[in-house]
Formats: sequence, C-alpha cells, structure tokens
Amino acid sequence: MAQRAIREYDGKAIFSKHWEKYFSGFHYGFKSVLVTNGDELRSYAQKHGFEWLKQEALVAKPDMLFGKRGKNDLVLFRTNKPGDVTLEEAAAWIDAKIANETILLSGQKGTLTHFIVEPFTPHSQDQEYYISATTVGEDDVLYLSAEGGMEVEEGWEEKVNEVTIPITMDDASIAHLIRANIPAGIPEENRERFIAFAEQFYKFYRDQNFAYLEINPIVMVGNDMHILDLVARLDDTAGFMMGEAWCGAEFPTAFGMEDQSPEEKAIAEADSKSGASLKLTILNPMGRIWTMVAGGGASVVYADTIADLSGNVADLANYGEYSGGPTTGETKFYAETVLDLMTRHKDPKGRDKILIIGGAIANFTDVAKTFTGIIQAFEVYAERMKAHNTRIYVRRGGPNYEKGLKDIKEAADRLGLYIEVYGPETHVTDIVRMALEK
Amino acid sequence: MGALFTKDTQAIFWNNNASAIQRMLDYDYVINRVKPSVAAIVAPTSGNKFEKFFYGPDEIMVPVFRNTVEAAAAFPKADVLLNFASFRTAYDVTMEAITIKGQFKTVMVTAEGIPERLARKMNQAARDAGVVVIGPATVGGIAPGGFKIANVGGTIENIINSKLHRAGSCGLVTRSGGLFNELSNIISINADGIAEGVAIGGDRFVGSVFIDNLLRMESNPEVKYMVLLGEVGGTEEYKVIEAVKSGLIKKPIIAWCIGTIAKHFTSGVQFGHAGASANADAETAAAKNIAMAAAGIHVPASFNDLPKTISDVYTKLRNEGIVTEIVEPELKTVPKVRRKKEFICTISDDRGDEATYAGYPISSVATPETGFGIGDVISLLWFKKRYPKWATDYLETVIKTVADHGPAVSGAHNAKVTARAGKDVISSLVTGLLTIGPRFGGAIDDAARYFKYANDRGMTPVEFIDYMKKEGKTISGIGHRIKSVRNPDLRVSGLKKYAAEHFPATPLLDFALEVEKLTTSKKDNLILNVDGTIGILMVDMWRALGYSESDIDGFIEAGALNAFFVVGRSIGFIGHILDEKRLGMPMYRHPTDDILYNVEMADEI
Repeated sequence: MAQRAIREYDGKAIFSKHWEKYFSGFHYGFKSVLVTNGDELRSYAQKHGFEWLKQEALVAKPDMLFGKRGKNDLVLFRTNKPGDVTLEEAAAWIDAKIANETILLSGQKGTLTHFIVEPFTPHSQDQEYYISATTVGEDDVLYLSAEGGMEVEEGWEEKVNEVTIPITMDDASIAHLIRANIPAGIPEENRERFIAFAEQFYKFYRDQNFAYLEINPIVMVGNDMHILDLVARLDDTAGFMMGEAWCGAEFPTAFGMEDQSPEEKAIAEADSKSGASLKLTILNPMGRIWTMVAGGGASVVYADTIADLSGNVADLANYGEYSGGPTTGETKFYAETVLDLMTRHKDPKGRDKILIIGGAIANFTDVAKTFTGIIQAFEVYAERMKAHNTRIYVRRGGPNYEKGLKDIKEAADRLGLYIEVYGPETHVTDIVRMALEK
Repeated sequence: MGALFTKDTQAIFWNNNASAIQRMLDYDYVINRVKPSVAAIVAPTSGNKFEKFFYGPDEIMVPVFRNTVEAAAAFPKADVLLNFASFRTAYDVTMEAITIKGQFKTVMVTAEGIPERLARKMNQAARDAGVVVIGPATVGGIAPGGFKIANVGGTIENIINSKLHRAGSCGLVTRSGGLFNELSNIISINADGIAEGVAIGGDRFVGSVFIDNLLRMESNPEVKYMVLLGEVGGTEEYKVIEAVKSGLIKKPIIAWCIGTIAKHFTSGVQFGHAGASANADAETAAAKNIAMAAAGIHVPASFNDLPKTISDVYTKLRNEGIVTEIVEPELKTVPKVRRKKEFICTISDDRGDEATYAGYPISSVATPETGFGIGDVISLLWFKKRYPKWATDYLETVIKTVADHGPAVSGAHNAKVTARAGKDVISSLVTGLLTIGPRFGGAIDDAARYFKYANDRGMTPVEFIDYMKKEGKTISGIGHRIKSVRNPDLRVSGLKKYAAEHFPATPLLDFALEVEKLTTSKKDNLILNVDGTIGILMVDMWRALGYSESDIDGFIEAGALNAFFVVGRSIGFIGHILDEKRLGMPMYRHPTDDILYNVEMADEI
C-alpha cells in the first residue's frame, strides 16, 4: 500500500545502520531503546552496551506514529528539573501510562504500548536545526531551516527553505542546488557542516526509499549529531529491493485506530500469499448491508452508492474487494469470512440483512469459478443467513458470467435463500437501489 | 497527436502471457485486421523461437525473442511495448525500451506496486524521450476497431456487447481497469460506444495522466466528447478543469469522481487504489465533483445517474449533427472449438493444384529449361530462400567434391560390408551414413565453427593457434595425410579458385589462409584441407548472402554443414553398394590373423 509510517526507533536504527556510508565525517551515538513496559526497560539496563540507561539522565516518550507529544504532555524529561529523570522514574512513568487509556488533544484515544527511551541531551536552542524531505508531485523536496524544535510550523514560510529536486537530477547539480539554498540563518561556523549533512541526508532519504523523513530538531554540536525527534514513512513497494537495509522495521497501525480484527488479519494474510487481491475492512460490525465486491474501483462505487442511497453510512458494514482472478478456494475463504461476520449480530431494528455480491464486467477473472467459491460458502452458512433474513443481490459480468449467475441462482434457490441476479444489462450499482427500495 | 492507436499498430509483448495475447489476436481476427497486433513476444527465459496462437480458425506463429532489443530490430515498425513484467523488473524493461531510439511511441506497464522512486524515474525518462507510458497498474487501453491492449474489454462476447469492436464517438479515461470495462458497457448502452479509451492505472505515480489523454482526444477528430472517471485523492482532475476553463478543451466532458464515501471516515480506511487517498479537502471526491461541475463539465448527481448524463449529452450531439449514425461493420466469428496443430511445415505445401518447394511449383524447378539445378532445390527446401547462381553453384560444387573418397574410408567400408552381408540398399546406405560424425566427415562442421569463433572475436592467427593449443584441440580443417604445400590438394585449389572468381568476399577463408601460413611453416602437411575449405567457404557464402552471425551459428548448430556431406557422400555410398551387388561378393569375415587377441581369465568378484 505504498507509503507507510514507521516508528521513530526504527527510523533511527536505519540511520545508525547506514551512518558510516552517508555521514562518515559526523558522529551519531544511536542510544535508543524501544520498550513496551517498565520491566523491559529495567532489563535492558542490565545488558552490555546499555549501561547509559543507569548512568545518564533519560527522556521517555511514546513511539506510536503520532506527533505533538510535547503538547500532549507525553514526553518525560524532568522530575524536578530538566534532565533529572532516572531509570526507575522512567520505568514507573511508562507503567503508569500503559495502565490507562490516553486521549490526545486531537481526540484520538487508545492505550499506549510502545515507548522510546534515550539519554537526555542538554543543548541550547541555537544548536537546533530542522531538516526533512518528501515527495511533492513528481519531485523531491528538501526542507531546511536554521530553527529546529516544535515551533517550526509557526512561521514556516519565513523560516524554511524549500529545495525542489527533480527525480532525474544528477548528484553534482543536487549538491549545487542545496548549497545555493542553505538557510541564511545558519551560523557561519556551521555552514559547511550543515551543507555537507543536508546533501548526505537527501541521498540517504533517496537511496533508502523513504517517502517522508523529518528530523525536528537535529542538534549539531561540532560534528556530533543528535537526532532528537524523527518521523519517517517508507515506500513499502520498494521492500523487495531493500533486504536488511530497513532493519526489519514494522509498519504499525496508527494510534487510536483499533487494531485489525482477526478476520481482517486473516484476509490480509491470505492476500499476501496470493497473486490475486483480497481486501477487507470492517466499518461497522453491527451494520446491515454487507458487500462482497469484485474489483478495486467497483468496491468504491458500491460503497459510495450505499452511503448515498441508504442515507445512513452506519448501515454499511464493511468495505473490501476480491480481484485479479482469485482461486475458488480463496473466494470461498473470503466469502465465509464475510458471511460469518454478517451473521453474528441481529439487526437492532429487526430489519433484513442485505448481501451485495457486486462487480463490474471483469476483464479476465472467471466469474463462474469465483462464484463457485461463494456458493460453497453459502452451503456452510445458509441456515445462519436465513436466520438473519438475508436478501442477496448479485450483479456481475465478464468471462463465463452467464454460467456464474445461473449457478449462484440455482444454489440459493436450492438452499432456500432469497436472491436476485443481474448481468451487464443492469447498471452496476442499480442492485443497491433495488435492495434498499424493497 | 491524434489517435493513440490505429488498425496498423503493432506491439511487442513482453512476457509470454498466452491468454492475453490470444485475446488480442481473436480481437484482430474479428475486426478484420490485416496484420496481427502482436508482432513478437519477448520472453527472456524461453527456449522457443516462436509460439503458436489461433488467428480465427487457423494457427499462426508469433516469433519469440530473448530481449527487447532483438525483437525491436526484427520489427522496427512495432511501436507499442506491452510490458507485462512483474513489479520487480517492469522498470528495467521500460527503461531499456525507451533507449531503443525511434522504436516505441507507447509503453504500457501492467505491474502494480513498482517502487515509487523507480516509477517516477521511469515516467520522467519516458516523457523526456517522447514516449507515452500507460500505467503502471493498468489493464491498458483500446482504439475500438483498430488495436486492443491485452485483456481490455474481456471476452469477445463482452467486447461486441460493449461495442468495443468498432469506433464510436466517446473518448474514455479512467483510473480503474475494472470500471473501464463497465464504463465502456454503459457508454454502449446509452450512446454509440467509444472511439478511444485508456485506463491510466491505479498506482500513485502513473505515466500519462487524465489531462494527457484528454488533450490527445481533443485533437482526435474521431472523438466527439469525453467521459472521465476520476477518483478521490490527487489533484489531476484540476488540470482538466484548468484546460476546460482556458479553452484548451472544447469538446464536452462528462465526469465523475468515485470515493465520495471517504468523507464519512476520518482516517485510516483506504478506499480504492494506492493513489486514492485525500491529503487535503480539495482532493476529496466531493470537492472535485463540485469543482468540475462549476467549470461546465457534465457531472451527474451520483454514479448511479451517470448513464443518464451520458445519454443526455450524446442525444444532444446527435441532434446537433455532431455525432452521426454508425454503419455497423461486418465481423468475422471466432470458431467456438479450435484444434491446435500437431505439426508445422514452413518449407513445402502439397495442398494446392501442384506441390510446391517454398512456394515454387515442382514443375517450375524440375526440368533443365527452368534453369534450376539441385543447388537451387537445396536452397529452397533447406533455407527457404532462392540463392543467386554463384551460391547454388557452390553448393553443387561441394556436393560433387564430397561425393566419394574411395572404398577404404570407414563409412564406405561399412556400407560395403553390409552389402556383402546380403542387406538391401537402404540398410547398407544407413550403416555408411551412421559412421558420419565427429571423426568421419565432422571436420567440415568443426572447421567452420572454430575458425568462425576466432574470427568473430577478432583473434589473430597466432592467438587462434595458441587458443586451440590451450583448449587441447587439433585445428579441424588443417592437415592432410599425404598432401602438402609442395603437393597441393587439387580439390582445395579448385574450391579456392571458384571462390576467388565468384564470391563477393571471402574474409573467413582469408583468415584461414593466414593460419595455414603459420601451420605449414611448422610442418609441411599442415595445409588447409578440403573439409576445412568447404566449411569455411560456406560461412563466407552465408555472410555474403546477408545472414547475421547468429543466423549462421544457428545453421552450423542445426547441422546444415554436415547435411551437405550426408547428401554428397550418399552418392558415393550408393555407388559402392551397387558395386558390391554387381560383383556378387560373398559375406565378409575379417581374417583372425589381423586381430590381436589379448583375452585374460575374468577375475571373480
């Protein structure tokens, strides 16, 4: 799914792994640990190489993709005064945070589970800089500022230099361009250093297939670099080329988003093993209208139409699609998963359940073959579907669609299920109208 | 600009995706294309030289190449590359195609999930080279009645139902491939079908975008109005709005952005393709639909109302006389049941009035006044070409030269022994022929192979001799039992004289004679012998006839040189066999005193 966020810890680990290759003149310590509770932190402190956890003042903060942790009062850097947090205090703070739900200023809420702990870095405001890179349109853009820290978003226009780098630009021109656009506010003694770092930062961003990479602030003390806060997204389609270069970074779900249900996970797993495409998102498990739509574009059109025509988006229970010629077995598994979810809760208002088996006219997917999988799932779930007064509406075209429609109609009739089937002569989303008008 | 594809457009298909290629060829047949739309297949790991496909009821052979460069060289007019490589290699395939100067106008990329940075580089490189990229992550596009990419339109039945078999008046652009098909169907029901259509692809970075395609359609007189199906996310629709506002696009556009559902969900749910995620309010489907309507684009109230909008615009254009009645073309029908052929023959045909050799009726080559000799017949049946007289004379010279070499050589001896055992002509001949191989007659092949190998790699004669020494091989074609520099082989002299007088050039012979100078300076009888001369001159002949080095290597590997020896020497073998029959000699038994017996008692194990 293209651009995906990674944890601050993993971003720093990737920096550290490649540091000598890109930033050989600079020094970076990579003193960071990622923990899920206080005991984990305490046990890290016993390990060789992590003595600093006991020796230095610490900073602890959640590492769960969301920003503005300072404003949310989720950065532990002081007990009585800045830079006095001990190992035990950090561990206790983490345990306190995981015990309760956290609500962010944005309204997102959930339980904190991952924390990054690092040494406290005493420094002055004038040692803080800002650097980031991302893609805008077809170009890369490097953002540079002499002022780091969280205030950078205020006064962006005045403080930040934007360096637009076309995708095909050669390294010499890139170097020239960056040099020409160095913020005026960088002090003379750090100017060359910053230029050198910015150039290498861009190459690192580019070569490691980041989609977004921000350090705010980066603290420069001579040649010592301190990455105080980092936000990164990777282009996961490049994963096959990167091997170990990404240090096994995982792609966590955004904070506040409920973790995927077991059913969604199972479909995602089946998807990853298949040449076909299988997607499932549960929008409202209590919803009345369930969809099993073939094709990425068609799935959107059905969701649009259901939301428009039902007048209540909460009726729409799920979103998803199967496409790219899934096998009969894959379709059966997908259908069983949807049918199982659909028949778990009675509609609170006692209304019928509606199952939309929709799809555009397929280019190459064998409709009869995929419908065979759905029919097999019907056979397993027929009684439960009847218990929920399920009405089935089918619309599909493409290779072998006549047989597919005939088979599914016969199967539903045989099993005593309510069904209406339509082919390409019926407008693709018209079954939604029919289902809702009845 | 103008039309993207025509009825003459031909493609090179990268990857042997048999079902997609068959669908293209079925389409070609149905719409009466003159040439198949797939000129060649590139399949790097295939060992085949061609693949068979149906063309209507019959089969045709589509050539297979190992790489795009070779395919392009063989089909310089095939200006579309259908890149069906996986997401791992699609980038490299496109980049290589772009570098082939003047070849491809359009590259279609089907892979989904090409790394974004590579996709951006690929798209930019194509733009710089003036190549249109359709995709990545697309099913392709179609110019109905002209050219269809791969699986677009699905089955033939659906293509005809959706009127994709002949040009209508609508230009269609979508992101989604599945909905492309659906829109074609909707347009055929509510209007007269499409004139040209492209699914631009679902990835975040695609080569040609909406505006590129709509501007081309604006300039294509076949297109009278356009249908655009956009999607939540991105700002490409705004470029279309600008073009409409500025008057760059004057033809009516009907447009709808799917993904209006996204407004109900604040975060997290990805509706649709990788490119479909709104990062700003302006990128939502609803905002784009409103902005397009405000610019004068025909935007329905919902996707469910799209058919009616299309019908309204079409009817208006019909009433204004801008769109006229289409005369439905005659279509051919692809047979429901087709049988693959077990055998292929490309050299002769006995089905007509008279059997032919590579197109020449036998009577036109048989009798003396036709001017065809046996060399001509060989050139027709072995090489499917009519060679010039100097070449066919050479072939005949070779056959005459190798026809016999006395009774003592092993092949002739075998034939004689078999004939004396009372066997028939065929059995006796076959025992003689079976002797031909690496030690008997094989020097012709080997001489051609090794001298050509050295010459192709620019070795000097000294380097060649050193190379052969290192390989531990004697040089085939060099050396004679009796003949020497002072006592030359007159057969060789004759061949050299003929070549000097009639061949346009003899570079390999010249090289071999330089080698001979060095070998004979060491030993007097290390001369270029008759086998060597024949093989080497055969290579020179093929070069002069315009064959590529790889063609010639192919002939050698296939055993064509050996075949000349087989044909020629059969004449001699048959002579010996008939001689034996005539003489009525008894069964031959080798005298025991001519055998060294050295048999020991077998050990028990």
